[in-house]
Amino acid sequence: MNAVVDTDPIVQEEKHPARKTFSYNPNKVAHNLDKLGLGYFSPIARLIGNDEPAKQIREILENTFLPLMAFAVFVAVWWISSFYVVSDSTKIPSPDETWRAWGGMVEFAQAEKLKEVEYYKANEERALSMEQKAADAAAGGDATKAERYTGLAEKFRTKIYQGATTFFDQIWISLITIVVGFSCSTLLGVPIGILCGVSKKINIALNPLIQLFKPVSPLAWFPIVFVFTTWGIEQPPSTSIWQRALWTSAGVVTLCSIWPTLINTAVAVASIDKDFLNVAKVLKMGWFQKIWKIILPSALPLIFTGLRLSIGVGWMVLVASDMMAQNQGLGKFVWDMYQNGDTQSTAQIIIAVFFIGAIGFLLDRIMLVCQRLVTFEEQNI
Amino acid sequence: MDSYFETYNLTKVYKTPNGDAVIVKGFDLKIKKGEFVCVIGHSGCGKSTVLSMVAGLSEVSDGAVILDGKEIDGAGPDRGVVFQSPCLLPWLTTWDNVMIGVKQVYYHATKEEREQIVEYYLAAVGLSEAKDKRPGELSGGMRQRVGLARAFALSPKMLLLDEPFGMLDKLTKFELQQVLLDLWNRERLTAMMITHDVDEAIYLADRIVMMTSGPAATIGSILEITFPRPRDRKEIMTTDQYYDYREFLMNFLEEKDSEIKEAA
Ligand SMILES: Nc1ncnc2c1ncn2[C@@H]1O[C@H](COP(=O)(O)OP(=O)(O)O)[C@@H](O)[C@H]1O
Ligand SMILES: [Mg+2]
Repeated sequence: MNAVVDTDPIVQEEKHPARKTFSYNPNKVAHNLDKLGLGYFSPIARLIGNDEPAKQIREILENTFLPLMAFAVFVAVWWISSFYVVSDSTKIPSPDETWRAWGGMVEFAQAEKLKEVEYYKANEERALSMEQKAADAAAGGDATKAERYTGLAEKFRTKIYQGATTFFDQIWISLITIVVGFSCSTLLGVPIGILCGVSKKINIALNPLIQLFKPVSPLAWFPIVFVFTTWGIEQPPSTSIWQRALWTSAGVVTLCSIWPTLINTAVAVASIDKDFLNVAKVLKMGWFQKIWKIILPSALPLIFTGLRLSIGVGWMVLVASDMMAQNQGLGKFVWDMYQNGDTQSTAQIIIAVFFIGAIGFLLDRIMLVCQRLVTFEEQNI
Repeated sequence: MDSYFETYNLTKVYKTPNGDAVIVKGFDLKIKKGEFVCVIGHSGCGKSTVLSMVAGLSEVSDGAVILDGKEIDGAGPDRGVVFQSPCLLPWLTTWDNVMIGVKQVYYHATKEEREQIVEYYLAAVGLSEAKDKRPGELSGGMRQRVGLARAFALSPKMLLLDEPFGMLDKLTKFELQQVLLDLWNRERLTAMMITHDVDEAIYLADRIVMMTSGPAATIGSILEITFPRPRDRKEIMTTDQYYDYREFLMNFLEEKDSEIKEAA
């Protein structure tokens, strides 16, 4: 018999039973950072573990300076174009003009916030004085007067501030809209995808519709969704955030972003490993159990790939659908600034573009982390 | 012979574009309760086909499989199956991979009882330490240990193994054969195991079934292994009997080998 190499970890563990103390494992930390989409920091983790420090430092410098250089070139090109791309009515704002516009937006938002706080403070004071009067009247034996003052106090307390919408309010509305739209597309896309993957007949039935509607632009969906929301959703008071426009915009997001989720789910379910189905057969699992315990978990990694694509599409579509639906989100902000047409407004649009990009990137990262958390390591024996 | 398990005229025919392909034909085998039977034969002769029909994972073209007096109809947890690749569910831990089956079979048991069962079998295959690991973090040998624990934990009437150690290195294979034999000694489950390893078959089996080469493969010969149990690998390898068995099996396989070459 040839020499035997012990590849089985059990044997190795038995040889070193004492190695159980905690130690910093730079490789493991770096691996986990990669998994969380924070790959930028993994050379730092390795450096702390003193794992090939020279290589790690080079990597950190590269990861930092190369992107910074590219960004510098970009800003330079932008700056130069701000001198040349100038027409009678408008021009490209320079980076420093844009920076100042950003300062203006922050100032405006802070002033608005201050006004809001003062508004509530003043109303609270009024309410308190009304309550005082109510107490006085009650002490004087005038019950109807006391009741009237109490009612007034209540009125001051429940008054809602209706100030100007700030850029940050609009970001917030956009986030709510994408969450609503994306949730709907997930709640519809995953179950329909599972049905398509499980049943060939359902797949044959639905495939033409899916292929037909998948390429349709949000601008085309908008009027149709608008009819539905106008018919089905009562317009709430203007203080509510659940405006009809928000639902319309979310509906357009749903219709455009459902397809990657649906198709990926269907493919994942249809291509499930036969071995896993054999497990279900041997255990005589029922239909629902088979889906819940075998099919869904095995399809999860691919479903999340679909969800990640969906949220990307959804965010991209959102700006356009906000513009059309006049939903108080980032799309409306861009549209309103565009209507103003002056250089400062264009600068604010540039700020909005950066925010749209950054939030889109963040959403993608969140989905990436989710995707990696549900992805199991393939077993290749 | 009072048989616990029986195949009667077991036949598998695949419809192919150039007519019917008869893979297995008239496979008749009787196994006593608590008997360990190994099936050997050349690669591609139809061993897995027989086993998956017995498991109920593949349809029987003709004939029948009878277990404990009843004809089998489809797969079920009364037959614990261990495949070459253990096909564990990669998103579940070792513990959960065993538990999923235990839950299904012992649906009337309490939570504690189920946990005891899982614990018992994981300990029996030496995996108590690795119960929270996922298959991706386990070596091939450890995965197959989970596969064995999962099959035994179902308390099946019969154990079906399809070359379970075929992909493992020699040392791991020896270890796992021991694990399997120890478990089997405790419960004396009726077992049918496919292997292409002659030494493995002699060490484990009460009888070795030799299959002829396909097409239309069937049982060519049966060899009784009379070593008393429990067996010691080194001890039986010192006997002349061992080498007689071995020669008989090798001769059979070589014969079939030359038949294949002649046919080609
Ligand atoms: N779906 C199928 N259609 C036609 N022939 C098949 C099919 N599946 C398996 N076979 C044939 O059956 C034969 C036996 O396969 P198998 O039982 O896996 O062999 P073994 O396990 O003995 O190596 C092989 O020659 C294979 O080509
Ligand atoms: Mg096989």
